[in-house]
Amino acid sequence: MTSLLTYTFKNLPNTSKWALRFCMRPLSSSSQVQAAAGTTKSKKTLAKPNIRNIVVVDGVRTPFLLSGTSYKDLMPHDLARAALSGLLHRTSVPKDVVDYIIFGTVIQEVKTSNVAREAALGAGFSDKTPAHTVTMACISSNQAMTTAVGLIASGQCDVVVAGGVELMSDIPIRHSRKMRKMMLDLNKAKTLAQRLSVISKFRLNFLSPELPAVSEFSTSETMGHSADRLAAAFAISREEQDEYALRSHSLAKRAQDEGLLSDVVPFKVPGRDTVTQDNGIRPSSLDQMAKLKPAFIKPYGTVTAANSSFLTDGASAVLIMAEEKALAMGYKPKAYLRDFMYVSQDPKDQLLLGPTYATPKVLEKAGLTMNDIDAFEFHEAFSGQILANLKAMDSDWFAQNYMGRKAKVGLPPLEKFNNWGGSLSLGHPFGATGCRLVMAAANRLRKEGGQYGLVAACAAGGQGHAMIVEAYPK
Amino acid sequence: MVASRAIGSLSRFTASRTLRCSGYICRSFTRASALLTRTHINYGVKGDVAVIRINSPNSKVNTLSQELHSEFMEVMNEVWSSSQIRSAVLISTKPGCFIAGADLNMLNACTTSQEVTQISQEAQKMFEKLEKSTKPVVAAINGSCLGGGLEVGIPAAFDMMLTGRSIRADRAKKMGLVDQLVEPLGPGVKPPEERTIEYLEEVAITFAKGLADKKITPKRDKGLVETFYLTEMTSYALSIPFVRQQIYKKVEEKVQKQTKGLYPAPLKIIDVVKTGIEQGSNAGYLSESQRFGELAMTKESKALMGLYRGQTQCKKNKFGAPQKEVKQLAVLGAGLMGAGIAQVSVDKGLQTILKDTTLPALGRGQQQVFKGLNDKVKKKTLTSFERDAMFSNLIGQLDYRGFEKADMVIEAVFEDLSLKHRVLKETEAVIPDHCVFASNTSALPIGEIATVSKRPEKVIGMHYFSPVDKMQLLEIITTEKTSKDTTASAVDVGLRQGKVIIVVKDGPGFYTTRCLTPMMSEVIRILQEGVGPKKLDSLTTSFGFPVGAATLVDEVGVDVAKHVAENLGKEFGERFAGGSLEMLQQMISKGFLGRKSGKGFYIYQEGVKNKNLNSDMDSILASLKMPSQPDVSSDEDIQYRLVTRFVNEAILCLQEGVLATPTEGDIGAVFGLGFPPCLGGPFHFVDLYGAQKIVDRLRKYEAVYGKQFTPCQLLVDHANNPNKKFYQ
Repeated sequence: MTSLLTYTFKNLPNTSKWALRFCMRPLSSSSQVQAAAGTTKSKKTLAKPNIRNIVVVDGVRTPFLLSGTSYKDLMPHDLARAALSGLLHRTSVPKDVVDYIIFGTVIQEVKTSNVAREAALGAGFSDKTPAHTVTMACISSNQAMTTAVGLIASGQCDVVVAGGVELMSDIPIRHSRKMRKMMLDLNKAKTLAQRLSVISKFRLNFLSPELPAVSEFSTSETMGHSADRLAAAFAISREEQDEYALRSHSLAKRAQDEGLLSDVVPFKVPGRDTVTQDNGIRPSSLDQMAKLKPAFIKPYGTVTAANSSFLTDGASAVLIMAEEKALAMGYKPKAYLRDFMYVSQDPKDQLLLGPTYATPKVLEKAGLTMNDIDAFEFHEAFSGQILANLKAMDSDWFAQNYMGRKAKVGLPPLEKFNNWGGSLSLGHPFGATGCRLVMAAANRLRKEGGQYGLVAACAAGGQGHAMIVEAYPK
Repeated sequence: MVASRAIGSLSRFTASRTLRCSGYICRSFTRASALLTRTHINYGVKGDVAVIRINSPNSKVNTLSQELHSEFMEVMNEVWSSSQIRSAVLISTKPGCFIAGADLNMLNACTTSQEVTQISQEAQKMFEKLEKSTKPVVAAINGSCLGGGLEVGIPAAFDMMLTGRSIRADRAKKMGLVDQLVEPLGPGVKPPEERTIEYLEEVAITFAKGLADKKITPKRDKGLVETFYLTEMTSYALSIPFVRQQIYKKVEEKVQKQTKGLYPAPLKIIDVVKTGIEQGSNAGYLSESQRFGELAMTKESKALMGLYRGQTQCKKNKFGAPQKEVKQLAVLGAGLMGAGIAQVSVDKGLQTILKDTTLPALGRGQQQVFKGLNDKVKKKTLTSFERDAMFSNLIGQLDYRGFEKADMVIEAVFEDLSLKHRVLKETEAVIPDHCVFASNTSALPIGEIATVSKRPEKVIGMHYFSPVDKMQLLEIITTEKTSKDTTASAVDVGLRQGKVIIVVKDGPGFYTTRCLTPMMSEVIRILQEGVGPKKLDSLTTSFGFPVGAATLVDEVGVDVAKHVAENLGKEFGERFAGGSLEMLQQMISKGFLGRKSGKGFYIYQEGVKNKNLNSDMDSILASLKMPSQPDVSSDEDIQYRLVTRFVNEAILCLQEGVLATPTEGDIGAVFGLGFPPCLGGPFHFVDLYGAQKIVDRLRKYEAVYGKQFTPCQLLVDHANNPNKKFYQ
């Protein structure tokens, strides 16, 4: 019955659907309308009384490239600037309308620690537009977007650009603490004698460099190691992981070939050719993948280079506005940004289970069920991590013992899950993935039909995020 | 053992968790339904790998008992004879324990060394067969793997045979004891402990298969060229008899120095290894089993096994669970003791307020806690994050804020009755009704402290030993008014702090201080009789005390020693007499307070290891010199004068009901006061040495010095009736 109604509702002419939504909203508190809403339960809108509707006008990203390829001589703000210019070009938004710019990033280039500001200045935004940078590991650009939502919802801003950037081709490698200390002391030394006495303390081991930590600071465990243990805890085999990775690459390849990845904007790299598409999509065969040795837990682990996301360079940006502002400016937005949720849990044994915790919470907050979601976009850090999350969501035992729930969250149907590829195949520039997920959900809803998308991601530190994206009526 | 590889699972996290593996055991039974009759071991075949699961029924740990042993041989014979099976995996289904070594009850039940020798020989046969197994055997170890358990899994290393120290899994991998590490898993779709064992088994099976298929070579990888050369060089050097003799000599010297010849086992081990190398492995095995048999029958062995059992008993709360678990603790006084108590509380996750009256004193205490935790980071037993999380359980403050939420307050202020009274009154004005007030004192009677309390049923004594984070003992003192729930609560907190606990009745000096005081009195007399501090120290350590008697006075503090001796002297009169307190008085007036002031009998300097005698003591010693009594002043007599006074007082404590059980008396003496562990504590000592012999000694000294050596009634009863033992 419900599905029948849903079906008819879906096929209503656009205008009447639009009208229905419009007239319902102002009356949402009256009982009459609630009854009416009851009949179209699964397709109500998530607008809330007295809160501004917030829309994504559009979003773009640079092609995501394997680290050490065409972007390797750039600096992070160069990439971020490319995304910002791309967004300006795509949306034609007047530069001085933008109230604020927020970017997410993880490994910071020390010269441009507020990379948002450096990129904005270079991209030709008004120098009167303030910009700040946020960091929250792999959900940094999610944080940039939700910060924008907060600024708009509270009436502080009307138009905000949010984005993210990561350049793993170059990372800040530092002198050792001892060497740094000596160099600073040397700076302070005034006389030759003082300088000589500082220099005399030099030892050869001062020269050994310090790399940015690849491991979790609190547990000293690398993420790949943790992912391998997570896969083992959920008894996920190497074959399952390889199969899932192959699915991701195959779907990404198809999406690329069919031109579905419309958020990608070409980028003319100075001194190099124009980059037009992602270069990490490489569907292989299960046999080929089976030959790889484990990358983290040697020699018996199951996480390999083929079933993990690779180090990626890339940047993304989205234009977020208050709905009335967008409409007043004559835009046709792509999607609403609705309820969102941040979660965190044990960074040792549940490092990558954020989506499992965040998904039910955000659904409950929005009053939706798993069945209401038409497009799932989950960040794929590792095949093992995605499969572990799916198993955890499908387990009553896990829900009861670790989530304090009576029953399991439920399994997202795989046919609606990351249909255009994911981080495993498209790549994962840490700070930029969140915007890609949101744009993928929005574009899929437009292309495939459907009203709600669910974006979810895990992040270092045992944190997680989920957000509901609602298609903007056509 | 060439063909066997071991896989150790990092046991640090799983070791202490409770057993939740019933579901898993059921599963393994279904795979081997025909073999249900075995109780300790069952096995199933997965492909061509035999999975042998060890699980002693009704016990938290697996021990090498005779039943386990025979079942194991039975199973292994089946494995070896089956053509289907090409390799085997050994695994325990108990989370956190592989095999915890030989079954002490089994050894205890033996009455002759021949019986033990036979058990040992059977075990050797088993290990030898395992070592020479034609099919690869993989031992999958999760948790403790001790003694014989280690031999099942891994060829033993020389160093470990001697000292019996425990090794973390990652160290074991570095040492080459184990080949692979499997880290414990987190939550999945079943309890993590259960899944970890399953996973360990899966990994072990792939290794067993790999070994059988020769895809993995059994040789341990020597990544570094140096390591290779080193082992080559060592084995070449060992082939020269002269070098070997030198090594034996060196090792023997070192062992002799460390054990003072009081512990027979290490020397016998060297002996056995020597036999094995010089006369071949068969002679070595024979010698090993014979020596093992002999050792099991020694007094030392009985004493140490008794101590082990006692320690296990004192790690239980016989008063039951307290009505309200202590969640918020407060410690008054951030001195050495107060900060120590805070440290052992916060590192177990107990929220602790540390209160002192001045900022510098508080800061010193907080720094002590931090240093204690940070030292563990340096030793890599804690991560810096764990340290920080633990340290955040500590709140330092100068006022009584937050005390209204405290469940227990432990005061560790100066040993002064009026100060303790003041603190008690101040505290009772702010704490809730259910809150326990515990006093950390070494000699002030708890009953006297409690006189000013509005709620004496909530007042109890908790006597910690310094340094608190190293000394295992906690002496809990109950007055007649202390309620049972208060005691249960104090024991519970103590156990959570990782302590071994004895509960004694209130009285001057309780149990530990009371036993120590007459011995200290004798120490002073012996010094007055002209025996130098160095000589006295060497006499006491060679008897088995870990710290020499003169050094002990310095460590305790001369002022504390005098304070206690005076107080208890008043209470107990002539029995506690002996040396003149004038010596301590003179030392105090000259500022020789022991280690804390840098001078006592010895001089203490930062960074100087060998301590020198304090020559300024000569005049004090000379001025108080007494004539020595030649009949009772031989080295042995001096040792026994000290020990018998200690033992006699301990037995009197049992006679008077201060002690509830001899076990607590032994544990208190060994863990709190350093009574020689090889003697097993005063009560074990009387049982093993013979009550009559001790009474004879006491009578001999009584004849010279009088009442101080009069044996107590209970000891005399034991001497009169040789069947009477403290331990049956």
